[in-house]
Amino acid sequence: MKTAVIVFPGVNCEHDVVHAIEALGGEADLVWHRETDLSDFDGVILPGGFAHGDALRTGAIARFAPAMDEVIRLAGESRPILGICNGWQMLCESRLLPGAHIANRDMSFICKFVDVEVMDTNSVLTRSAEVGQRLRIPLNSYQGNWVDPTHSGRIVLRYINDPNGSQRQAAAVTNAEGNVVGVMPHPERGTDELLGSIDGNILLESFLHSLVPA
Amino acid sequence: MKVTITVDRRPEIADPEGTTVKRALHDLGFTEIESVRMDRVIHLEVDGDDDEEVETRVEEMCKQLLANPVLEDFKVQIHR
Repeated sequence: MKTAVIVFPGVNCEHDVVHAIEALGGEADLVWHRETDLSDFDGVILPGGFAHGDALRTGAIARFAPAMDEVIRLAGESRPILGICNGWQMLCESRLLPGAHIANRDMSFICKFVDVEVMDTNSVLTRSAEVGQRLRIPLNSYQGNWVDPTHSGRIVLRYINDPNGSQRQAAAVTNAEGNVVGVMPHPERGTDELLGSIDGNILLESFLHSLVPA
Repeated sequence: MKVTITVDRRPEIADPEGTTVKRALHDLGFTEIESVRMDRVIHLEVDGDDDEEVETRVEEMCKQLLANPVLEDFKVQIHR
């Protein structure tokens, strides 16, 4: 089973994601954002970074890449779709997830470990975890402050200590079905003792366990 | 034809940048400032001479890309 990791100009976490997936025994390919056919893939990860230099709004331009039409199609087929950091911003711009992201409450770029609590295990990010479980994962973002005027997002991870003003302290949000998830901290950066945490593994394992053959 | 688009975040949505600028103005002694909102202004030069058609097209651009309807409103001003 194979995961597409979509590469946009300006993203910078794609190799970390592939490395983390492969270390867990999964298979992942880097796919350029101009790709028009993702039929060979069983799931998609949109990695973090600064697609198109965050011009206009984070994720706003990336949203119109041909690969995103495929992501929207696969999401409709219930395939697992995970957006990490900038990837979550793209999923909001695509309206696959509700809300949008604005600058962190204190206008600071936050790069540190944060503690999150699993709120809901009905999602491709959290199905292998337990409700109430606490995880330590690196956060690395300036626009992590999620705003959802519709109050419709289902929160699957919550920050223990609100770092950025995100509504309802949301660190990860899913759609009604649970197959599309956006997460602000980087699970792929918490996958080895050398990195200071292995708590990201349970989240990426959830994603891998959610894959079913295309 | 020149077109100016103003994109502003709806008043009920927080504006951390505006809050930070307000704090800086207060530090400089401009304590009369009650609120700062940092809107975005986009200037376009458009190849077209039909005001109505240009306005319709620019509104479509705003809805698709230039503004995010989740948080923002926009205004289009056509300059002859």
